[in-house]
Amino acid sequence: MAVITPGDASARRQSPPLRLLAARKARPASAVGTSIVVVFLLVAVLGPALAPYSATEQVFSEARQAPTFSHLFGTDRLGRDVFSRVVIGARDILSLAGLGTALAVFIGLVSGLLSSYIGGWFEELLFRFYDSLLAMPALLLALLLLGTLGPSRNSVLFVITIAYIPIVARVVRSVVLDTKTKDFVAAARMQGESLPYILFREILPSVLPALAVEAALRFSYAIFLVASLGFLGVGVQPPNPDWGLMVSEARTYVSLTPWALYFPAAAISLLIIGINLMADGLKRVLQLES
Amino acid sequence: MAKFILRRLGFLLLTLLLTSVIIFLITQLLPGDVARIILGREASEVALQNLRRELGLDRPLLLQYLTWLGNFLSGNWGISFSTGQAIRPFVLERLGNSLMLAELTLLIAVPLSIALGVLGALNEEKLLDNIISVVSLAVVGLPEFVTGLVLIQIFSFRLNVLPASSSIRPGTGFFEALPMLILPAITATLVLLAYIARMTRASVIEELKKPYVRTASLKGLLPRQVIWGHVLRNALLPTITVVAISFGWLISGLIVVENVFNYPGIGRLLTFAIDRRDLPLLQAITLVAVLGFALANLAADLLYAYLNPRIRFD
Repeated sequence: MAVITPGDASARRQSPPLRLLAARKARPASAVGTSIVVVFLLVAVLGPALAPYSATEQVFSEARQAPTFSHLFGTDRLGRDVFSRVVIGARDILSLAGLGTALAVFIGLVSGLLSSYIGGWFEELLFRFYDSLLAMPALLLALLLLGTLGPSRNSVLFVITIAYIPIVARVVRSVVLDTKTKDFVAAARMQGESLPYILFREILPSVLPALAVEAALRFSYAIFLVASLGFLGVGVQPPNPDWGLMVSEARTYVSLTPWALYFPAAAISLLIIGINLMADGLKRVLQLES
Repeated sequence: MAKFILRRLGFLLLTLLLTSVIIFLITQLLPGDVARIILGREASEVALQNLRRELGLDRPLLLQYLTWLGNFLSGNWGISFSTGQAIRPFVLERLGNSLMLAELTLLIAVPLSIALGVLGALNEEKLLDNIISVVSLAVVGLPEFVTGLVLIQIFSFRLNVLPASSSIRPGTGFFEALPMLILPAITATLVLLAYIARMTRASVIEELKKPYVRTASLKGLLPRQVIWGHVLRNALLPTITVVAISFGWLISGLIVVENVFNYPGIGRLLTFAIDRRDLPLLQAITLVAVLGFALANLAADLLYAYLNPRIRFD
């Protein structure tokens, strides 16, 4: 595999998308991963336009049908079209996990940048708090929060954000601590640049590669988390077409309607694998692999 | 070494204290009134007042926290809202089951993933390495409930060799429970496999680049001797830390796995507590899990320092 070395001037002159393309040629798995993610994003965007039926309407006369042309993924025991539920579910899980990740990345970035640059007791206190959150495994923290807040979409969103802020902030901090000692930062300070300018124009560019990879990984874990919470029955509630919830509902009737279990399970797996392969490729392109 | 242990212990206690505050505060977020949740909607105002006084809900928050922590430390973990029984014996019994499953998982996962990592590193960027890394990336993507259900389909329903449900009775011994532990343990193994293998691979590759490896092979040692006698001894040190970090994933993984296989561990108890909105039970389980996680990390730190003197004299 051709890793682009820092000294490779022609590679450095290429724009990031070009470099991504070059690396994808070198490792087919990353290209496959990226394509999977793109397909799922398309499905999520098109959503209702793709789904031939309603995700929640129960047609009892058509219950428990094996996959056919009119019901591509079959129907579940309540006569709901599994294909439509998986398609609508894609929009649900991607928006929920995406929004949660975006919030966590934003808050983690700003708090990490600011506190690590300023340093002192503010940094000490904030990261002591973040460390205590990290002393709880993510799912445990999620369950504790959901156990008190009660299960709902907003609770799940809140949980993803809280669970992943500390992790993002620590990644940001590890880069900032190194970057803030660089001469160009000192120069900007002496020029009298404002704090936001130094943080976002001088330091942020160095943080971006690590942040991009971390964001991709967080997104994949967020989908994992949403699906797991759904499966455990403490996340998105019925009759919403949540993939984890669909698997959990279908497992009791697996001998009657195996397709109602396999298709959502395959959708979760495929999407997470796609994001992981993409994140792996991103890491290699951005030369973060040790 | 003594100073190192003391510093570590101090750090651990501080983190645990802060985490206990967070656990306590989170359970105070509960929208609504705990007394009303217990007594139901039709409860009279007098009964609510009495229960609040009984539970200490009318006292200042700080005092409530200190009482709660003090009780927990002195072994009084309170009474479950949903079953009306003492929480401690219940949680400890389930904890024993979870530890049994965790042990078997680590017994499978650690040697297997280290072997895969070393294999990958020795064949760096060759076909075998790429296969291992892509497959483990793919496997780590599968949620435990998917792999668990697939394993149940194959081994319980098709081949009919292992039970689909692992609801062991209280007091079942390890060997008696073993057939029921295998599928859950394999499922939980898949969660850890990729991460440990990946870190081991990176560490071995790093070690292989060092000058002493070249010296060793130049002085005529067989590759086998260089790998086993020199490289692995150094490269596997960081793996201790990696295994410790993955305890967090093991705990998360076991919560789901126990629910898939209906295994009576604390993960299953945790979802039960959430279903019933049983706050004291929820608090006790979370504290126990966090304590276990912290102790495992401490043990790994100490083992690492014991094996690597450079750390402890820092």
